Amino acid sequence: MSDSSRDQILNRLHAAIGEQRQVIPEPAGLPQESLDRSQKIEKLKALMEAVRTEVHVIENQDWTTVLKDILKKRDLRTLLYAPGTPVGDRLPKAWMQESDELPELVTYDGDIEDFKEHLFGIDAAVTSTVGGIAETGVVILWPDEKEPRLMSLVPPVHIAVLQADKIYSTFSEALQTEEWAQNMPTNVLLISGPSKTADIELTLAFGVHGPKELIVLILNENR
Amino acid sequence: MPNDTGPNFQQNVSRALDDQQLRKNFKFAMGNFILKRKQIFSDESETEQLRQIGNTIKQRALGQLPQLLERLEQNCTRNGIRVHWAETTAEANQQVLGIMNANEATRLVKGKSMVSEEMGLNEFLQEHKIEVVETDLGEFIIQLNDEKPSHIIVPAIHKNKQQIADIFHQKLPDTPYTEDVEALNAIARRTLRQKFYKAQVGLSGVNFAVAETGTLCLVENEGNGRMSTTVPPIHIAVMGLEKVLERLADIPPMLRLLTGSATGQLITTYVNMITSPRKPGEKDGPTEVHLIILDNGRSAILSDPQLRQTLQCIRCGTCLNHCPVYTRIGGHAYGFVYPGPIGKILNPQIEGLKKAGELATASSLCEACAEVCPVKIPIPQLLRRLRNESYTSEHLATVKDGGYKKNLMETLAWKGWEIINTHPQINAIGNKIMSRLGARLPRIGPLKQWTRYRTAPKLAPKSLHQLVDEEGIRHE
Repeated sequence: MSDSSRDQILNRLHAAIGEQRQVIPEPAGLPQESLDRSQKIEKLKALMEAVRTEVHVIENQDWTTVLKDILKKRDLRTLLYAPGTPVGDRLPKAWMQESDELPELVTYDGDIEDFKEHLFGIDAAVTSTVGGIAETGVVILWPDEKEPRLMSLVPPVHIAVLQADKIYSTFSEALQTEEWAQNMPTNVLLISGPSKTADIELTLAFGVHGPKELIVLILNENR
Repeated sequence: MPNDTGPNFQQNVSRALDDQQLRKNFKFAMGNFILKRKQIFSDESETEQLRQIGNTIKQRALGQLPQLLERLEQNCTRNGIRVHWAETTAEANQQVLGIMNANEATRLVKGKSMVSEEMGLNEFLQEHKIEVVETDLGEFIIQLNDEKPSHIIVPAIHKNKQQIADIFHQKLPDTPYTEDVEALNAIARRTLRQKFYKAQVGLSGVNFAVAETGTLCLVENEGNGRMSTTVPPIHIAVMGLEKVLERLADIPPMLRLLTGSATGQLITTYVNMITSPRKPGEKDGPTEVHLIILDNGRSAILSDPQLRQTLQCIRCGTCLNHCPVYTRIGGHAYGFVYPGPIGKILNPQIEGLKKAGELATASSLCEACAEVCPVKIPIPQLLRRLRNESYTSEHLATVKDGGYKKNLMETLAWKGWEIINTHPQINAIGNKIMSRLGARLPRIGPLKQWTRYRTAPKLAPKSLHQLVDEEGIRHE
């Protein structure tokens, strides 16, 4: 049944286009703004803060120390992290040095089917990012085996670590430079802030389904 | 849903205009949206350039629609997404049900999808004993109250917080009455988290489908869309066949246009790009992803080079926000899934003129919608076209039920008008009669309608021709 629907739809579409095929020019490119490193950091920070993201630019300091300070200010029991990633591998060591008042480190153990109950009870998560976009103020996530998709969605606090040299001026630049079209992963996410809604009288409220807080740590080293 | 708009539409409009609360809610919200859009598109020449790009991208995509859909299917299939084609909404509903049944699934969570509204999916699944839960906050509110969306983007915008507080208090067990928006959001979060947790299937719409990579793009602010497409083991996406774009590079400008036009945002909280089901080794995400591509009359629209532009629509809803008619009567009065200017051109083409043609008359042709449309659909032109289609001869009609309004009286009246105006002697006699009797014509029939809100013109005792002759003005 479905096969014949497919053919009928496509036949109709081919017939509809057939006689009147016209050459439509390539779309023009978007106006591209090229920013230098510090402008990109500044713009991304300003735009993300405008949608209530907490942004820390970390210059010559161990980022895990900053992370610890952030965590201590909050009442969190558990922190989900991803071992085997450059970001995740820093945490157990940092926690060994000092873990007073810090949430317990937990890992995404097993598939969602087995881990779901645990996951929905976790307070916060730290993930890496593959980059950021200054033009619109977002971090880019490519979740994978080590950093599953729900890490950045289910826990009420999401902390994302961003390398300053991975911030692109525009989305188009990111697509081209990293050749996304040739290797799209299972899921790509652009995230600009904490989950929000304005469905009731256009009153903005945060954390309706996803994280109530998004915290971005921009690592601006070698400066 | 009311189907025949003919008489109902008039009644709906009168009722909506009498509802002061409704008018207040819409006036406030639409004013707000207009302002926010203006702020985000503050550079006029850049906005114009962007709209031109949007228009070109969509025209190019529609110009090679069958090829792009085949390519999309090919790439999705290669990525592991199963593609289904549906001629009608009934077929699409059956496909959703079929997937649910094959997996013995009875619980479904939904992200916001206008196509699923077009399908009447909720009612259909509920008849088949499936629990369907809308998870977008606005959709959740109106589902509790058994209503339909009144706006494409903010479906519960016709409700104020007192009304929403009442709905939550009455429809959700153990929920105290509160008008605090934060508290209302917390209630929804708590309730819906349970639903995400337990659902076996998640359903979503599609904002853009990329043929080049077989990628489905979804935009949202709440995170319910990500929940629906990631937590349950099965994800079903439904899309109208016009949603396909050629290349991944088309996404950045289209995104800017969509979010800027819809809510005045530079970008939404989340852009969720899905290219495959869970791969071996990955720990979450659905193990099955299905894509249902719906026609439901769209392929017929494509065959007309002018009306085809209807299919450029990206469902941003900005034409609703800027429409003086929509702002005053709200979305429900239209009686169809798609309200406002886009609904006035889309519904009559999908449902036929007999059923929905009346919608095309509910416009002053003020052009506001055309000025803001991110892909430059000339909505007023298409409205005029549909009005003409309603009176055309049946054999010339290209739209379903074309010529349904054509009637003998009207044909005769225009024939008479033609004779009078092409024969000077008859014209002179006619003018004389009208100048004597015009003021005394009884106010019945169309004249009664016409003079209800207008002062009847005073007919001059002498015609322009006569005056010209008397004054001695010569023709060159």
